[in-house]
Amino acid sequence: MWDYVKIAVYGVIAVCAAIAASYARDFAYQVHALIVMLVAAGLFLWTVRRTGDPKPVPDTGYMDDVVRAGVIATAFWGVIGFAAGTFIASQLAFPWLNFEWAQGYLNFGRLRPLHTSAVIFAFGGNALIATSFYVVQRTSAARLWGGNAAWFVFWGYQLFIVLAATGYVLGATQSKEYAEPEWYVDIWLTIIWVVYLAIFLGTIFRRKEPHIYVANWFYLSFIVTVAMLHIVNNLSIPVSIFGSKSVQVFAGVQDAMIQWWYGHNAVGFFLTAGFLGMMYYFVPKQAERPVYSYKLSIIHFWALIFLYIWAGPHHLHYTALPDWASTLGMVFSIMLWMPSWGGMINGLMTLSGAWDKLRTDPVIRMMVVAVGFYGMSTFEGPMMSIKAVNSLSHYTDWTIGHVHSGALGWNGMITFGALYFLAPRLWGKERLYSNALVSWHFWLATIGIVLYAASMWVSGIMEGLMWREVDAQGFLVNSFADTVDAKFPMYVVRAIGGGLYVLGGLIMCFNIWKTATSAPARQPARVAAPAE
Amino acid sequence: MSTSDKKPLPEDVVGTTGHSWDGIEELNNPLPRWWLWSFYACIAFALIYVVLYPAVPLKSGATPGLLGHSTRAEVAREIERFHEANADLVARLIEADLDPEVIRADPDLYNYAVQGGAAVFRTWCAQCHGSGAAGVQAAGYPSLLDDDWLWGGALEDIYTTVTHGIRNEDDPDARWSQMPAFGVDELLTQEEIGQVVHYVRKISGQEHDAALASDGEEVFLYNCASCHMDDGTGDRYQGAPNLTDAIWLYGGSVETLTETVFYSRFGVMPSHQERLSEADRRAVATYVHQLGGGE
Repeated sequence: MWDYVKIAVYGVIAVCAAIAASYARDFAYQVHALIVMLVAAGLFLWTVRRTGDPKPVPDTGYMDDVVRAGVIATAFWGVIGFAAGTFIASQLAFPWLNFEWAQGYLNFGRLRPLHTSAVIFAFGGNALIATSFYVVQRTSAARLWGGNAAWFVFWGYQLFIVLAATGYVLGATQSKEYAEPEWYVDIWLTIIWVVYLAIFLGTIFRRKEPHIYVANWFYLSFIVTVAMLHIVNNLSIPVSIFGSKSVQVFAGVQDAMIQWWYGHNAVGFFLTAGFLGMMYYFVPKQAERPVYSYKLSIIHFWALIFLYIWAGPHHLHYTALPDWASTLGMVFSIMLWMPSWGGMINGLMTLSGAWDKLRTDPVIRMMVVAVGFYGMSTFEGPMMSIKAVNSLSHYTDWTIGHVHSGALGWNGMITFGALYFLAPRLWGKERLYSNALVSWHFWLATIGIVLYAASMWVSGIMEGLMWREVDAQGFLVNSFADTVDAKFPMYVVRAIGGGLYVLGGLIMCFNIWKTATSAPARQPARVAAPAE
Repeated sequence: MSTSDKKPLPEDVVGTTGHSWDGIEELNNPLPRWWLWSFYACIAFALIYVVLYPAVPLKSGATPGLLGHSTRAEVAREIERFHEANADLVARLIEADLDPEVIRADPDLYNYAVQGGAAVFRTWCAQCHGSGAAGVQAAGYPSLLDDDWLWGGALEDIYTTVTHGIRNEDDPDARWSQMPAFGVDELLTQEEIGQVVHYVRKISGQEHDAALASDGEEVFLYNCASCHMDDGTGDRYQGAPNLTDAIWLYGGSVETLTETVFYSRFGVMPSHQERLSEADRRAVATYVHQLGGGE
């Protein structure tokens, strides 16, 4: 019966998408309608052919297939996102890479959101979904709730990524940073996210442990808050249901404030809270040590989520934003410093008694460097939110460097550590294919980050000083083009740093591939999982 | 290192909470003191800052803070500071002879005139003449970078053009001239217009029909030469462009020239007497003068 319902729904979606494609008012919408039509038609055929087949006996152990798929997707999108970043960094250094034949598709303006979304949502998002599915099952001693809903979330999220990325290249964008996808892609993501929340909560509800582990608090706060941020920032009215363009409901400085409330908390809840959830599971597991302080985890969790949500206005210092809102953003950012560092302390101090592992285990080394970069960028952030500092740093490459020391150093490295932890366990192997390759990855990525961050500090501060330089009569000394010219060497160094990081990512893909295919199998059968 | 040298592991000292998830336990360590005090210090800083600066939004505006700080007032103060510092230069610019040599002889004054003029240009002139002053031929906005001047390229001439504008109704002293619409008003036949267009292309050294051009010479001398001169080199007193060079206000193709002769042209520039101060007009004239074609 259920199969017939599915067949009907897929058929209706395919037909509706075909109609939408033929009425499409712009090319991006048309391409998207065709993608949806093909996906729905493919699912339709697939389901028709399988109808009536005997159903496989439902698994009762942990649901790890979807986590395996998530690990592959994370590694795949990671390399795509890093490569896109390295390419656009090179476009800034060598403008001829904005090829004439690709104008309007592959020029910097089109590829930049592709890069940011690929690393944050495709790489980071898949890492968060996959690890949260793994961690919530292990720490609740329960199978994922909702059966195949987890697969719906996984594939639905991949479809979201494809729609977002093709939309950018074809020019469908809301022009809101980290929220570029247009209205129908936003609606689709909302549906996926609600199902994701239901699966996560359902699994926690059926947990066999009396308490909820700290990693799950962070994952849950990430899922709930991102849902709220996503919906409010994307409130818009489509111009036509057959077109991609929509109009925002907020205007002017209010729109800017909503956007940076969203943008800052995308950093706070997506890239900080979610990844702290990852850290709280994988660091103690890999180090085989207890978490340093339960009290610290409670205090810094509540302080972090209470304070983070107010810090957004610091992105709009010295703009049309009223002074009081600026003050609010700044003081909340400063109060946020210690709550952020609570996570760093808990991560680093968990290693006390196991520091020797830094020498022998490159995966632990990766996690420690991740936590170190987390601490560094959560100090740099509050510092840059101070108005006097911000008047120098705002709009310069310093901001770009800050974001990347967080993204490459913290989010990237902790994800790599988690993937290296997961790969042998998910594919039933005794160990990783090669620890030496992990070391190579570690050093390439670390040197890459250092080149990136250092060049952007130099270029950002230089740029800020050049912009504000006035002569004795109050006239600007440098034109904008002068600053662009002066930044060239730093842009080259940045692109080299990015290249090293991509290389490390490729080595990781190879290592995970070899681990899954040719590392020695784990000897005793898998650890018994709880029955349903 | 023997095991007896090691410090006791933390769990031996503080114990754990007794929870265990997938083998992960939690120690009962207290909050690190330095962490807690730093957190308190940040909160104290935030509270003090909120008292000192604009912070709490109320019904009719936010609390101003004890320091009465405002970013807008800060900018206004900064601008005022430079206005005061430059007051002497402004006075000198107004009194100076409108002679580039005189202004250039005073480096401070020259810098003020050129830099200040550039700022005025970007605000008031760039809309038509382009931010780089190259003009827009399709719309008849002349380039200010070359040495071809409709109304004169001496500093004084540029100053007069900026001050009063061209063919506007607001300023009685606006520069004024009007080319007849030879086609619309049936002053010339289609045939004659074709001839004179080819004559103009001949004297400007472009490809032309020799037969039409030789007939056009007479048409030109009777109808055009009173303003554009017998040899076609134009007359700056009437703003009549030189037709013998390669620089065209609207374009030198057969189509564009035919359109110009048939309908005439009537380019307008606003008066800036009321819009800009005396010093700003002198500054922008100095800026334009030094762009490349000043005389």
